[in-house]
Amino acid sequence: MTPTDFNAILPILVLAGYGCVLLLVDLLVPEHRKRITAWLALLGLAAAALGHVAWPAGGRLVAFGGMLVADGYALFFNLLFLGSAALTVLLAFNYLPRTGLERGEFYVLLLFTVLGMMLMGQAADLIVVFLALELLSIPLYILSGLARSRPSSEEAALKYFLLGAFSSAFLVYGIALVYGATGSTNLELVLAAANGGNPRLALLLAGVGLVLVGLGFKVAAVPFHMWTPDVYDGAPSVVTAFMSVGAKAGGFAALLRIFVVAFPDLAGQWGFVAAVIAALTMILGNFAAIAQSNIKRMLAYSSIAHAGYILMGLAAASAAGASLREFAVGAALFYLAAYTVTNLGAWAVVMAVERADSGTASTGLNLSDYAGLGWRRPGLALAMALFMLSLTGVPPTIGFVGKFYVFRAALDAGYLWLALIGVLTSLASAYYYLRIVIIMYMQEGQPVTVSRPALNFAVAVTALATFLFGILPGPLMSAATNAVMGFAR
Amino acid sequence: MPVNVETVIFFLLAAMAIGAAVGLLLSRNAVHSALFLVLNFAVVSVFFLFLAAPFIAMVQVTVYAGAIMVLFLFVIMLLGAELLRGGASGRWHSALAVVLAAGFVGVLGYVAFFSGIAPEALPNVDAGFGGPQLLGMDLFQTYLLPFELTSLLLLVAMIGAVVLTRDARTRSAAGPGARP
Repeated sequence: MTPTDFNAILPILVLAGYGCVLLLVDLLVPEHRKRITAWLALLGLAAAALGHVAWPAGGRLVAFGGMLVADGYALFFNLLFLGSAALTVLLAFNYLPRTGLERGEFYVLLLFTVLGMMLMGQAADLIVVFLALELLSIPLYILSGLARSRPSSEEAALKYFLLGAFSSAFLVYGIALVYGATGSTNLELVLAAANGGNPRLALLLAGVGLVLVGLGFKVAAVPFHMWTPDVYDGAPSVVTAFMSVGAKAGGFAALLRIFVVAFPDLAGQWGFVAAVIAALTMILGNFAAIAQSNIKRMLAYSSIAHAGYILMGLAAASAAGASLREFAVGAALFYLAAYTVTNLGAWAVVMAVERADSGTASTGLNLSDYAGLGWRRPGLALAMALFMLSLTGVPPTIGFVGKFYVFRAALDAGYLWLALIGVLTSLASAYYYLRIVIIMYMQEGQPVTVSRPALNFAVAVTALATFLFGILPGPLMSAATNAVMGFAR
Repeated sequence: MPVNVETVIFFLLAAMAIGAAVGLLLSRNAVHSALFLVLNFAVVSVFFLFLAAPFIAMVQVTVYAGAIMVLFLFVIMLLGAELLRGGASGRWHSALAVVLAAGFVGVLGYVAFFSGIAPEALPNVDAGFGGPQLLGMDLFQTYLLPFELTSLLLLVAMIGAVVLTRDARTRSAAGPGARP
């Protein structure tokens, strides 16, 4: 391992080593004091974030013979993953003991799945992408089944595992065909081989299509979304919260890098396919969400819909001209950050209302359980209203800014029809997002909620970020813009 | 493509591999499925021999056809899950699956036969290619990172197996306050 290799992999190395040590240390932590493990996991995430100081500011490291890169793009994603994992630890802090699921392995597996996500952003070789995807997925399969005493959780884990394995097969097949057509799995070498008319174009296109299918499963794009509602509903809420933001961002980290870096010459072909998938995803996700009465299923369909908006960024990244491409990727990055913040906040509120510690029949997961929340818990309801507005895309929230940039990228790339579908489906989504707000403020009810410092802190942080970046998007937008500087060539 | 002995053997073996894969899917008895899989693995290992990769061929036989399949058979027989009950999915599902699978095969067939990709003669390989020594060099130098990631993956899978099967403490920790 050369010094460059070491620097490029330092954050991942720190997290991997820390995860293994935490696994052992957890054995010494008594059963009823697993909070200690949670604090230690937070420390590990912070240490991994600190590991990024080894990266040159604004520069780019290529390590392990071109298998791994450390650039601004990866930095943006790594900090996004580490930040959302830290928030997830805060959410798990009370949720796990309350639901009787508290186990030290939760935090260890969380660290390992974050490791996989970080690799997704840093991978510059299709083999590493595949391994990163597995490292991201396997802990999530396990965590979905954490509440095994509930059959729905067991079902979620099995369904996620089977369909995930199925989608991995597509990805591997796609990688094999790309290798067959170009003779390499390294993104730069694939680019060189695909450039200027590859003689095995059909083989290459088949491979690219299968890669899109494999990663489309992970980000829950239509028509590869079938698993999403059942898995999101069955898994413990804290796992779903992290899965809905982390796995999606991880999938997009690899998707954007592979398609923009390795296949810009085929943009004419994949751009249209991505646009069609984006349109289908937005339409189906938003309209299916309207029919839901369970908040977890509603947010699951909402998560599908948002994958569509981010895919719009990918479709726009097929535009001619490096600056347009970079703008589109930057818009997708901003949207992912906006979605992460807003969605984690919304899930935090769901966990505050979810009734996990009482033996009552009501689970606190129906939309009607939110009746009267506006009067009983004004702060929590205000935060929820803000999250719902942000998911709809109403100013002054971060969600509005995200949608604005993505739509503009689509327009610049010439996808007027796609932007129109985006605007119309956003309007339709207002129906089910604002319904929650109406239920909270205009219906009578006696909601039972949980109020704990860690949970309230997480809600407050996400709500503040949703609002502040909504009125002052500049810093985040310039972070996203800097991240993609020189990304597309 | 020149017709020689190798080509004939290749197509015979390919037919066997596909037949075994179909048999794996269609047989109602899980033990039969597992045995079809053994056959498939064995045929694939012969393909590796044809590609001048004897070490991989041996690994394929010992690890997949050997160790992993023994484990499969052991689990199937331990659970007494030899016989599958009738398919739960409806006629509509299987019809759709057949259509989609045929479409997929059609696309791949088009790519393979009609897109102008001519089969190329395999390049001659250096002495020692596919042997343990060169493979080890590749694995621990060029592909060091993927190799280490795989080990991490196995660690995670092991943790998962323990988490998902260790039962007694979870149940008792859940107690009466747990969700039904």
